[in-house]
Amino acid sequence: MRSIDDIDRRTAPLVLAHLWLAVVAFAAAAVLGGWQMWARSPLPAPFSTPHNYFLSVTLHGTVMAYVLPTFFIMGFGYFVAVTALERPLPARWAAWIGFGMGVVGVVLAAVPVLMGRASVLYTFYPPLSVAASYYIGIILVVVGSWIWSALMILAMTAWKRENRGEAVPLVMFATVANVMLWLWTTVGMGCELLFQVIPGALGWTETVDVGLSRTLFSWTLHAIVYFWLLPAYIAFYTLAPRAAGGRLYSDTMGRIAFILFLLYSLPVGIHHLFMDPEHGTGFKFLQTVLTSLVTIPTLMTVFTISASLEIAGRLRGGHGPFGWLWTLPWDRPMVLATGLSFVMLWFGGLGGIVNMSYGMNAMIHNTSWVTAHFHLIFGGTTVIMYFAIAYEIWPTLTGRAVQSARAMNMQLWLWFIGMMVTTLPWHWLGLQGQWRRVAEFNYADPIVAAWAPYVIVSVIGGLVLVVSALMFVWNLFKLQRGEVSVAAPMSYAVAVYPPGRVPGMLNGFTSWNVAVLVLMLVAYGYPIAQFFIEPAPQAIVQRIR
Amino acid sequence: MASSHQEILRTELRWGAVMGVLVAGILGLIIYAALALHISPPSNVERIDPKTLQLSDEFTEQNLGTQVSGDGRVTARIVATQYAFLPPCVAVPLNRPITLRFASPDVIHGLLIAGTNVNTMVVPGYVSQVHATFTQPGETPMPCHEFCGLGHSAMLGRVQVLPADQFKPDAQGRVACAKH
Repeated sequence: MRSIDDIDRRTAPLVLAHLWLAVVAFAAAAVLGGWQMWARSPLPAPFSTPHNYFLSVTLHGTVMAYVLPTFFIMGFGYFVAVTALERPLPARWAAWIGFGMGVVGVVLAAVPVLMGRASVLYTFYPPLSVAASYYIGIILVVVGSWIWSALMILAMTAWKRENRGEAVPLVMFATVANVMLWLWTTVGMGCELLFQVIPGALGWTETVDVGLSRTLFSWTLHAIVYFWLLPAYIAFYTLAPRAAGGRLYSDTMGRIAFILFLLYSLPVGIHHLFMDPEHGTGFKFLQTVLTSLVTIPTLMTVFTISASLEIAGRLRGGHGPFGWLWTLPWDRPMVLATGLSFVMLWFGGLGGIVNMSYGMNAMIHNTSWVTAHFHLIFGGTTVIMYFAIAYEIWPTLTGRAVQSARAMNMQLWLWFIGMMVTTLPWHWLGLQGQWRRVAEFNYADPIVAAWAPYVIVSVIGGLVLVVSALMFVWNLFKLQRGEVSVAAPMSYAVAVYPPGRVPGMLNGFTSWNVAVLVLMLVAYGYPIAQFFIEPAPQAIVQRIR
Repeated sequence: MASSHQEILRTELRWGAVMGVLVAGILGLIIYAALALHISPPSNVERIDPKTLQLSDEFTEQNLGTQVSGDGRVTARIVATQYAFLPPCVAVPLNRPITLRFASPDVIHGLLIAGTNVNTMVVPGYVSQVHATFTQPGETPMPCHEFCGLGHSAMLGRVQVLPADQFKPDAQGRVACAKH
């Protein structure tokens, strides 16, 4: 166990640069999110015009989907590579180039959005077409993240060469699983942007095959959520058991869970297109079945992490079937966040099962139910673990000591309460048929008027979320300016039976990538090929300038 | 904490069985709903050129709205366009099956009718078709639920569910919404 400084003094600034960019962008986007809820509520909101609303949604979505997770995951990945493998980062200069490309990309995308000339949310919606620099900026962020991906793979293979036959530490194995997942994920959206959207925006093409663009985006749209989610799972397996004072119940189950995520997050994207006319029932049903399988690694994780925490609770004197829950150290941010995250995971996961249920999707498609679902799973389950990860690694990164965890715990509680108070009314409103993506509702209509109390409750939840987001930035800022201490060593959870050697298939990804390829050919082969076998009539590109 | 390898494996296998039952149960319900209750998503892969939509036979202006054919089948044809549904009000019969057909000449739209199974995307290049039976009389909103441009929030159609005595086709078999 060594601190990041002993191993590689110059990686800490790299990690901090990524994380601070993610954190500051996140806080700004959270404030916008709060304003959006206010603008749609019966309460009079300032600046509320459709122009401002869709500008805000585009900025909020683009930051939360492409800036916060990408930069956070890159930064955390570099941190893991150095601290878990205990060797310097290979080609650190390339990592800075990747970061630079990302920053240029963010600026290129942000400028047209802020000018109100790229209001296509973050999901593009061709044949709508806006300033090309918006799309090119996003591509640059993705290309920057590919450099990160290459460095992560390089770091793991170099370690394996130096430690022949030994098991790659679970935290690095999981990080590289997420790298593989990400590389596959970016293919769909990358093709959509490069071959359809950007040529249209630049005026090279006048028409676009909308069915194809929606299908390519769906390739990315589900898997990207798992890319965002996996750092939370990495924290569950490798940080939470240690923070609680216990052991990881099973290292092997962890490896299998991350492999299953790689396999089953990709061939399932068509469940976002259940209500679309360009695909038949066959492939929709096939992907329903595949989607149901992605519940397995989550259910495995709930089991393994509960068992790991139970070990900690019993070591601390807990008795009986549930007594160990009360003896857990809930005053430690990582433990508290894990508990709160699990609660949100149950709610969000159950809602998600409704979404993927084929015909049942008609009840809730494009209603507030869906908005509630992904805010609960990403904004709740996932982002609360980003907070906990930041609190956990900041002392190591900065060489400053945590003075008191109280402000951190309060921030985590506020986030949890805010997320529940925001999303539970949204679920209900979705079932009532409240539709998505509008700048305002007409509360004079009696049907809409009946929603008003629920909308106002959710606005209050949104306010709590904004307070918590700002408090997060403040907590990190204070931590960074805290007392200098001996650089805290970073360590990861140890399994009850630490793996000595593991089978090659649980120590690398070659065969699993072949399996992904086969699954993608089965799930997406014909659904994409159909657009080339019998090209559909195209729509005229509509440039908004 | 004195779990042996065997004990850990045993508990994991037990949980594995629970997971298997859960997933099989969920899938079983979905298959039952699809096959026995005929609940499937709208999935007729039917192409139509958005560039000539309103010049084509089916979606020309005079052909839009609700029509009862000679054999008594009811079909409504609706164009979703920036930022309105044409016709803006659709008359549908109470407790009688109807086929709703939508198409877009411009960008992506979508719509839902709360309390029914009607929920579909309208993608330029395709006809979206939904079969429904309305069981609640009265007027209900049919909003566009997919971002289609800055005017999206104002794209709000209506559906009038008419009991048999008010659902009266004219000589051409057409039914329009009642005037207020």
